Amino acid sequence: MAVSHDVIVIGAGLQGCSTAVHLARRGARVVVLDRVFPGRHASGVNAGGVRRLGRHPAEIPLSVASLEIWARLPELVGHDGGFRATGQVKIAESDAEMARLEQRAAMVRDMGFGHEEPIGRDELRRVVPTVAQHCVGGLISRADGFASPYHTTHAFHRKAVTLDVEMALDGPGATGIDRVGEHWQVASGPHRFTAPTLVNTAGAWGAGIAKRFFDEDVPLEIEAPMMMVTAPVPHFLDPVVGLAARKLSFKQMPNGTLVIGGGHRGTPDPDRQTTRLDFNKYGISAETVLAVFPHLAQVPVNRCWAGIEGVTPDDIPVISESAVHPGVFHAFGFCGHGFQLGPVVGRILSELILDGGTNLPIHPFRIDRFAIAPGSPVAPASAT
Amino acid sequence: MFRARHDTPPEDGVTVTIDGHDVTVPPDTSVAAAALLAGLDHVRTTPVSGTPRAPYCMMGICFDCLMEIDGVPNRQACLEIVRPGMTVRRQDGARSLGAAP
Amino acid sequence: MKTEWDVVVIGAGPAGLTAATEAAGLGLDTLVVDEQPAPGGQIYRSVEAVHTRRTKDAALLGPDYGHGLDLVRRFRDANIPYWPETGVWQVTEDGELGITRAGEAGLLKARRIIAAAGAQERPVPIPGWTLPGVMGAGGAQVLFKSAGMIPRGRTVIAGTGPLVLLVAGQLSDAGAEIAAVLDTVTQADYHMAAGHLFSALKASDYVLKGLAMMVKLRRRGIPVHAGVRAVSVTGSDRAAGVAYTDPKGTTHSLAADTVLLHDGVVPSTQLTRQLDCTHGWHHTQRYWYPVTDAWGTTSCETLAVAGDCAGITGAKAAEASGRLAALDTATRLGRLSAVNRERRAMALLAFQRRHTAVRPLLDQLYQPRLSLPAGTPDDTILCRCEEVTAGAIRAAVADGCLGPNQLKAFTRCGMGPCQGRMCGLSVAELIAAERRVPVMQVGYYRIRPPIKPVTLGALAAMAPTAPAPPDPLDT
Repeated sequence: MAVSHDVIVIGAGLQGCSTAVHLARRGARVVVLDRVFPGRHASGVNAGGVRRLGRHPAEIPLSVASLEIWARLPELVGHDGGFRATGQVKIAESDAEMARLEQRAAMVRDMGFGHEEPIGRDELRRVVPTVAQHCVGGLISRADGFASPYHTTHAFHRKAVTLDVEMALDGPGATGIDRVGEHWQVASGPHRFTAPTLVNTAGAWGAGIAKRFFDEDVPLEIEAPMMMVTAPVPHFLDPVVGLAARKLSFKQMPNGTLVIGGGHRGTPDPDRQTTRLDFNKYGISAETVLAVFPHLAQVPVNRCWAGIEGVTPDDIPVISESAVHPGVFHAFGFCGHGFQLGPVVGRILSELILDGGTNLPIHPFRIDRFAIAPGSPVAPASAT
Repeated sequence: MFRARHDTPPEDGVTVTIDGHDVTVPPDTSVAAAALLAGLDHVRTTPVSGTPRAPYCMMGICFDCLMEIDGVPNRQACLEIVRPGMTVRRQDGARSLGAAP
Repeated sequence: MKTEWDVVVIGAGPAGLTAATEAAGLGLDTLVVDEQPAPGGQIYRSVEAVHTRRTKDAALLGPDYGHGLDLVRRFRDANIPYWPETGVWQVTEDGELGITRAGEAGLLKARRIIAAAGAQERPVPIPGWTLPGVMGAGGAQVLFKSAGMIPRGRTVIAGTGPLVLLVAGQLSDAGAEIAAVLDTVTQADYHMAAGHLFSALKASDYVLKGLAMMVKLRRRGIPVHAGVRAVSVTGSDRAAGVAYTDPKGTTHSLAADTVLLHDGVVPSTQLTRQLDCTHGWHHTQRYWYPVTDAWGTTSCETLAVAGDCAGITGAKAAEASGRLAALDTATRLGRLSAVNRERRAMALLAFQRRHTAVRPLLDQLYQPRLSLPAGTPDDTILCRCEEVTAGAIRAAVADGCLGPNQLKAFTRCGMGPCQGRMCGLSVAELIAAERRVPVMQVGYYRIRPPIKPVTLGALAAMAPTAPAPPDPLDT
């Protein structure tokens, strides 16, 4: 069996394109397969937060390493992806919430990271001048910010192409995977790709691929995080704003529009690759925005949409070599916060594949953490 | 840009204030039509480049007639009917915050 | 506010009015919502007011317009719940409608939705079309119907379609100075169209009306320049004139205070697009239409379409299609047997056939030529909201952009408040031309709700009024 490539990547989102770029930079011959174009789903339509703030403890080292790549994205892919280091701030609406944020900052400090900094009333008003009176303070991560999801994914895609990565897009995707000798053979309609190594970065569809082709179980919930964007308004806000106790992600883009997300869910239809929106929940979302920025009541919402995302029981992704099959790697189920991790996840996979290991602590993300011994209670994966 | 075929006497019409000028128009007239009758050559400038725009489609499609009506910005003036005492202003660029704090 | 209905009809033009009247007559609990303040749609805009308060204008608008009054009166007499000045910003496949009314947003539930959203003038991205002083010819006609207004100063009307001659004649009758009509129809078009004359004879009144309009303009001494190309509007801050090329290739320019453009009308597909219904492409008239069965049912069974939003067939045919959609709705909702539906449909289908017989001729004759996307100059704006030029779109295609949805991300084209209504057609055609693939392969924008803007305040007021959740930190 003739080997066509060194690595076959299934899924041309940000994780897949980033993996391809990191591999190809080191000389690997890579092919990326997808049924749609890069950025069609979560990679291209997410809210664009580039956030270390408030990460699950297991994700913090990865997130910190990823931000270092974000800061010099033009060196890697020739484009900044629209990244603006405007800061991210999580606002406390009560003293009790503020106490909780301070505990959180202490925990992050104890882990050896200094990016999460508690701020009081005055500093909050300096960074978010129009915030409502009842807000008492917050937690800020000053070097975080936001980027343009589509432009970022497209930049990785374009870079992969210039590094001679083969892109098999907008076609049948992976229709069959077989072990042939020491290699994996992927059928994509009439085409066949053969390589010793295979990467599954299929996002919300990743667990389906893991189960169907490799018999590895990941209890992935498919969800549809909803977002909305308003008409442009005069500039009033620099950092991305979240809340300590309510669902909100709120930012003003350079063109003046406001992008509002935060985790309210619609209903996904992963087979048709569509979503259904829930306007009662958008109502809650708008109510939350107005609680913090009451002067925005007359701003028209221009467009609402939802992505299709895979969420794991412990709210952190799978980034792992297969527990069963040699030469198979998984990175999916980013639970709505994979965009910022994209640059580093590609690097980690390239290291796992080319070097046999990585210096970053990825044990919490192993794929077999969901396996439950018969009769034992459900045991969530350890967080650190 | 446009004129009325027949004058509307104040007692038969609705008087509104457009960019500081009072204009009397027939009842059921849209705000966009009233703005044209008031002699406005453009009703807004764009948020992207600040160039002037006037109503184009008159049926709610083009969004080029966005104006500030009674203090509320971004209203489609061609879909709003004049009401006595209404105050209408041209909208410049991204004028959407209303009364900012 | 009553929120549950058997049928919600969207639009109060000829199709919406007949659909509602028929549906209510069959015992269905029917609501009509419409964006305008009075029934009639764009074709019969303000018909009640014109015929009661402005009878001089009524005479100028003629008996075809006056026919709308009968439709409106029959609708009014039926006392059907009717919410004017109501915008629809979302429909779902299970019959939920998001509406705004008097500044407040809310949700309705219908067992069936009949969309009679009508048509819009084809956007014409030519140089200068965004300048103040430029308007759709249909837009100018709306100003005349709704407010008795006519353009000031020298007015040039450019483009194609029955409306060009009609508006030129009406505005001239009303006292406007029509300096010229620039007609894009060529001699060759007339020869091609002759092939359809036989079928059009079945609707000879349409043909006669067209001829009469032409004769009227001639009598008034309004110059009609035929076969013009490369029309552009000149001026810096506002329209100052029009330039065009005649069939011999000579360029001319005319001074103008007002320029009215018209390149035919196209279905309003925002609702059917938002529902992701299957659409087809009309090759001669170059527009999208929702694919339906004979009753107007789209690929989403909850939604039927009637009138011009299902494909341009004109106001008379719209009356029949509205009633057909209502009959089928009654059958689906158990109010009318299939046999009776067929029986009642016979005459309607014959009426519809008679009034659509002229379409092949009109479609052939009045092909949109004012703006040919492939020939749009690079510095011409296609997306009026985000001010994206043809050149920027060509550059995006060169950078790997495959279709309108990616173009949104590349350039923000189609992401402004009009949500692609003013650029969707030309963008798809331009990308297709650049990629040298059929328009169907390029497709259209995915349209996201709200298809009419809803303020954050109105949305917030829709939040379920549950008691405030306990502070998670205290539990």
